[in-house]
Amino acid sequence: MTKLPEGTPRLQLRGIRKVYPTVVANDGIDLTAMPGEIHAVLGENGAGKSTLMKIIYGVTRPTEGEITWEGNRVHVESPAHARSIGIGMVFQHFSLFETLTVVENVALGLPGAPDLNYLATRIEKVSEKYGLPVDPRRLVHALSVGERQRVEIVRCLLQNPRLLIMDEPTSVLTPQAVRKLFETLRFLSSEGCSILYISHKLDEIQELCHVATVLRGGKVTGTCIPSKETPKSMARLMIGKDLPVCQHSALKEGGKVLLRLSGLSHASDDPFGTDLKDIHLDVHAGEIVGIAGVSGNGQQELLRAISGEEPHAEKHPVQVCGTEAGRMMPGRRRKLGMGFVPEERLGRGAVPKLSLAYNALLTAHQRGMLKRGLIDFDAMKLFAHDTIKAFDVRCGGPNAPAKSLSGGNLQKFIMGREIRQSPKLLVVAQPTWGVDVGAAAFIRQALIDLRNEGSAVLVISEELDELFEICDRMAVIAKGRLSPTKLAAETNVEEIGVWMSGMWPGAESAAANAAAKVPHVA
Amino acid sequence: MWLELEARPEASNAMRYASPLIAVVLMVIGGFLIFLSLGRDPILGLNIFFLKPLADMYGVAELLLKATPLALIAIGLAVGFRANVWNIGAEGQYMLGAVASTGVALYFYGVESKWLMLPMMLVAGAIGGALWALIPAFLKTRFNANEILVSLMLVYIAKLFVSWLVFGPWKDPEGFNFPQTKTFTDGALLPLLVEGTRVNLAFVIALFALGAGYVFMQRSFYGFQMMVAGEAEAAARYAGFSAKRVVWVGLLTGGAAAGIAGMAEVAGPMGQLTPNVSANYGFAAIIVAFVGRLNPIGILLASLLMSLLYLGGEQAQQYLNLPSSISLVFQGMLLFFLLGADVFINFRVKRRVAA
Repeated sequence: MTKLPEGTPRLQLRGIRKVYPTVVANDGIDLTAMPGEIHAVLGENGAGKSTLMKIIYGVTRPTEGEITWEGNRVHVESPAHARSIGIGMVFQHFSLFETLTVVENVALGLPGAPDLNYLATRIEKVSEKYGLPVDPRRLVHALSVGERQRVEIVRCLLQNPRLLIMDEPTSVLTPQAVRKLFETLRFLSSEGCSILYISHKLDEIQELCHVATVLRGGKVTGTCIPSKETPKSMARLMIGKDLPVCQHSALKEGGKVLLRLSGLSHASDDPFGTDLKDIHLDVHAGEIVGIAGVSGNGQQELLRAISGEEPHAEKHPVQVCGTEAGRMMPGRRRKLGMGFVPEERLGRGAVPKLSLAYNALLTAHQRGMLKRGLIDFDAMKLFAHDTIKAFDVRCGGPNAPAKSLSGGNLQKFIMGREIRQSPKLLVVAQPTWGVDVGAAAFIRQALIDLRNEGSAVLVISEELDELFEICDRMAVIAKGRLSPTKLAAETNVEEIGVWMSGMWPGAESAAANAAAKVPHVA
Repeated sequence: MWLELEARPEASNAMRYASPLIAVVLMVIGGFLIFLSLGRDPILGLNIFFLKPLADMYGVAELLLKATPLALIAIGLAVGFRANVWNIGAEGQYMLGAVASTGVALYFYGVESKWLMLPMMLVAGAIGGALWALIPAFLKTRFNANEILVSLMLVYIAKLFVSWLVFGPWKDPEGFNFPQTKTFTDGALLPLLVEGTRVNLAFVIALFALGAGYVFMQRSFYGFQMMVAGEAEAAARYAGFSAKRVVWVGLLTGGAAAGIAGMAEVAGPMGQLTPNVSANYGFAAIIVAFVGRLNPIGILLASLLMSLLYLGGEQAQQYLNLPSSISLVFQGMLLFFLLGADVFINFRVKRRVAA
């Protein structure tokens, strides 16, 4: 690594401003990263973190402000330019071709036509040096999410970056894999590579980062040394107030079974999807059951099977409120008393271009909004209006199009729409994904309130902290199999973390049994 | 200095409705230039093209007559288009509607009761058109075959089928070997609205269809389901709206409406079935549906405009010595300018400052 004169920052940003047609995403941001520094960029969704990183990596250009790289002022023209001066970035969503091998994927990102054999040995060398085991000749679709992230990191490291940008890297990893990643990052830092670490997870930043720059509403609200702060004080910088806490009461046992999965198996239509294998689960009235797991382990497929978006060939594997519902379409499952909140809000949970009133009609039409097949527009608007009020949705009223709302507000609206139909059973995927901290607490409390009123709630989430905060019982999904459930009070992050890699007691024999017994059912 | 397109933060509602008007103005300007380059007096040309057809009552009646099939077909297509069901084969469905109602007229040849004949022919026309649309609907829902290609190719089959009928089994034995059926007797002809013109009851049927289209698309829950299916497929599946049913309803409605238009033509101005039963109404109606913004009132206005283009073309042929395909040129310009102007619903022009 080339030596910089003592005290010269690796990267310095001054007065960075980025204006989009509707918003000012960055407003006068200053940031300095020294060589070897692990620098956290902390902020809620919409605080301007991603925009700032895109500016540094040359994806977009700032409206105003200057970037100084190793003492020289630069205009980063494109990601290729950024890579050529020594900036690498690992995105939250990977850009790998599933049908190609690791080495082919890496070659695609390099200029010219590199010799694949030589490249493979280089990949092996780099991955060994940094403790990122990757087999360059394996096909990407056969890799786990953690392994794919390693490929992305190795791809960056091959270019010997002097600044590495990591965008929410731990959201797809088990707690154990997070440990390994941190070791690698610390090693890189000791070699002089600077790291910009984007996250909203306070405990991780405290553990890993030397310095943190906190953003709120596109502005820098503070710079701090995380090790000298508490999560509380950093949260205050990040959201401007104290972190809200949910109220949770003791579990009332003995409720009726409202969702039963009995031996649910399903071969995924997507060649790179996950097959569900012999899943058993009961969710009772008056409890919240959480399903943890690293993304891509069958959560999507499980949700579709429960919601009815992908009906099953048989009736009995999915039982909703005592009725065998495996072959039913979503509308009929709703009539049985099931509500459902999908993880994609725009385009699945809501129609982007349509008003909130029309989006209320989407699933709540059975609540007196229809008269002989015609829409009762007054009833529809009233329902939307009341939902907006009851769930504190910040928007321009029932006529505002769904896409004009922020993620958190739209999620509150969708959650409100489902909860206000008083479902006996509510199934929720990633309830607070991409939602700001304040709205997240509100949504969690709403789920707990629903449970206290005697409904059954099933939450599928990749955020372990969230599951531990709200759930009564927990299970883990890994490679399309579901672990047994355990009372949340009787387990902990470490145990669930081990289970997330598929190793719960009896997992091996269950797998063997299932393989012998259950043929693939399309 | 460079100009570049920049996405608008929100789609412009004003532009959505201004866009068809801008397209009409540009089409007129385009026509002006075409007349000029052809060595005709452009003012006179536009006058003959756009004003002369409407100079008398007969002309206005002709305008309504030609607007009738366009409006009927377009409202049926709009039901599907709003749900992203792309039925391009209305021309073929129109022909099959004409064939089916002609079949009824020939089978009951000589029955004089309009009360008996016309409803039967109407229903036959609707069923004929719907059956032709059923083929792409079945192939789409069963094998996911592209409905654009299937419905379009069926147009050519329909055309050949009509030819075979009028050259073969249905040829009028006393027709001097012309490829046409017997002329219908009075019972199988739609009553005229105004004596001395050709405009008939079908125009009222078209108005009724537009009204029904309005209720279905804007006020009914099923119309809402189809709109959701067109806007966001995953949301429709999430809400439990059947995607297959949307395809069926979208295609069959378009087919039935086109079939009724076909019936109106053989039972109206034609009075018999000939190979020239359609003046490309099925394709022109696609333009009508889009110029009319898939909205019933817009479709009514757009069908009148498109009808005027047909009449203007005939006038230009007569008085300016231009080929009748001048109508197609104007139709093409209208659609072209509409698509061009539609870009500005979602984008605006910005001058690029030197970096």
